[in-house]
Amino acid sequence: MAAANASPAPASAQPMIAMRGVEKWYGDYKALTDINLTVASGEKIVLCGPSGSGKSTLIRCINHLEPYSAGEIRVDGTLLGDDRKTIDAVRREVGMVFQQFNLFPHLTVMQNCTLAPMRSRGLGKAQAEAVARRLLDRVKILDQADKFPAQLSGGQQQRVAIARALCMKPKVMLFDEPTSALDPEMVKEVLDTMISLAEDGMTMICVTHEMGFARQVADRVIFMAGGAIVEEGHPAEFFKAPKHERTRKFLGEILGH
Amino acid sequence: MGGNVGYQLDFSVVWDALPSLLWACLGTIGLAVSGMLLAIVIGVGGVMLRDSRFKPARWAVMAFVELIRNTPFLVQIFFIFFALPLIGLRLDPTPTAILALGINGGAYAIEIIRGGVQSIGKGQIEAGLALGLHKAQVFRLIVLKPALRAIFPSLTSQFVLLTLTTSVASAISAYELTSVAQQIESNTFRSFEVYGTITVFYLVMSWLLMRVFDQISRRYFSYPVK
Ligand SMILES: Nc1ncnc2c1ncn2[C@@H]1O[C@H](COP(=O)(O)OP(=O)(O)OP(=O)(O)O)[C@@H](O)[C@H]1O
Ligand SMILES: [Mg+2]
Repeated sequence: MAAANASPAPASAQPMIAMRGVEKWYGDYKALTDINLTVASGEKIVLCGPSGSGKSTLIRCINHLEPYSAGEIRVDGTLLGDDRKTIDAVRREVGMVFQQFNLFPHLTVMQNCTLAPMRSRGLGKAQAEAVARRLLDRVKILDQADKFPAQLSGGQQQRVAIARALCMKPKVMLFDEPTSALDPEMVKEVLDTMISLAEDGMTMICVTHEMGFARQVADRVIFMAGGAIVEEGHPAEFFKAPKHERTRKFLGEILGH
Repeated sequence: MGGNVGYQLDFSVVWDALPSLLWACLGTIGLAVSGMLLAIVIGVGGVMLRDSRFKPARWAVMAFVELIRNTPFLVQIFFIFFALPLIGLRLDPTPTAILALGINGGAYAIEIIRGGVQSIGKGQIEAGLALGLHKAQVFRLIVLKPALRAIFPSLTSQFVLLTLTTSVASAISAYELTSVAQQIESNTFRSFEVYGTITVFYLVMSWLLMRVFDQISRRYFSYPVK
């Protein structure tokens, strides 16, 4: 499928992510079925669906945290194989934010942000810290740079996790339910961070059930069930007139009350 | 009881031998510290191999751990000292003792450290990989420190045990406290005073070691956790 109308990217540009006929098996359980998804540079996708529908599996295949079983995945033109070279190349371009933050507890906020740029990108310490300071400032948490993760609230930790991923200068950001583990009063600060990232033109795939966020920033909302993409569309149409019964049922459940 | 009646305590023997006993304590500490360093290297390296993708390496580590943990230390040290020279590997008593202590302590350290590594959540490893770090970097930079922190008390008691086990090296006359004490005892027949004294010395050394480990823990593992 071509870039959605709302996408700022020109139609001729090479897609940032292209998944074709992707399947994923866990033993004899098929977790992903014939996934075809093209994401243009700068496009924002929201991925939703019931628990166990394969949302996490899909985005984890993109940076090879899960090897996929069939089909092909290209990230910025690089065909993702099972070899270290292409996996490295892809992971350098793809940042990921997890539900449980996964900050490194033994490192300060600053060290969390400089570790990978220094060890993986080969940046010097001063340079890595300069980048980290800029991005921590951007997620409005620079004043906590010398604290350890356990000294921060959940919302603060998740913002650090976003900054940490951004320090690698990724072209794509993947979010796996970034606000699900947060207390309600902290959801907004993380969503605001994600919105500002979206406004700056980052290519994003967000697994989330925050439908307000989807309405505001998504170029496309994709609904998955049973390991397959059931339907997708611009949020305006998607929420107003979902085509499939399963989508309606799902939206009824999460928006209903 | 009857045999001991009339035994007069006489610590002057110990007093005269004090310098050599104190030097021997340094010998013991030297064996213990060298043994621990080797054990740490074997422990960390063993854990990396034990969980590597290379099957023969995994089996080798498992076999090594089983072999060492299910055989007596005295036999291990005799094997290195008396049997290895027959295939051309001849070591002096002190290097033999260090090697044996390191190997023995290493086998236990592998199991202990592995427990710590397994206590680290999968999410930590995935976050490291997603940031583009390689598996070995993830282990070294992300997993190792929290893992060591988790098992540090067990590692401490294992290393206290290793320190006390140095006395077994007296069986091959390595330079350490027990063998020096044995010599003094066999020259003076003052068993009670000599062994009583080194008992106290061992106690003090164990206690000092625990203090050192406590300081290390305060220094390196003091980051806050929830
Ligand atoms: N490592 C695994 N081994 C076996 N099955 C797995 C594994 N990981 C996921 N699955 C299965 O694959 C299916 C899809 O899982 P996935 O985590 O992608 O779902 P999800 O849509 O992210 O769900 P949730 O909303 O609960 O996070 C589920 O049925 C799950 O049980
Ligand atoms: Mg999930």
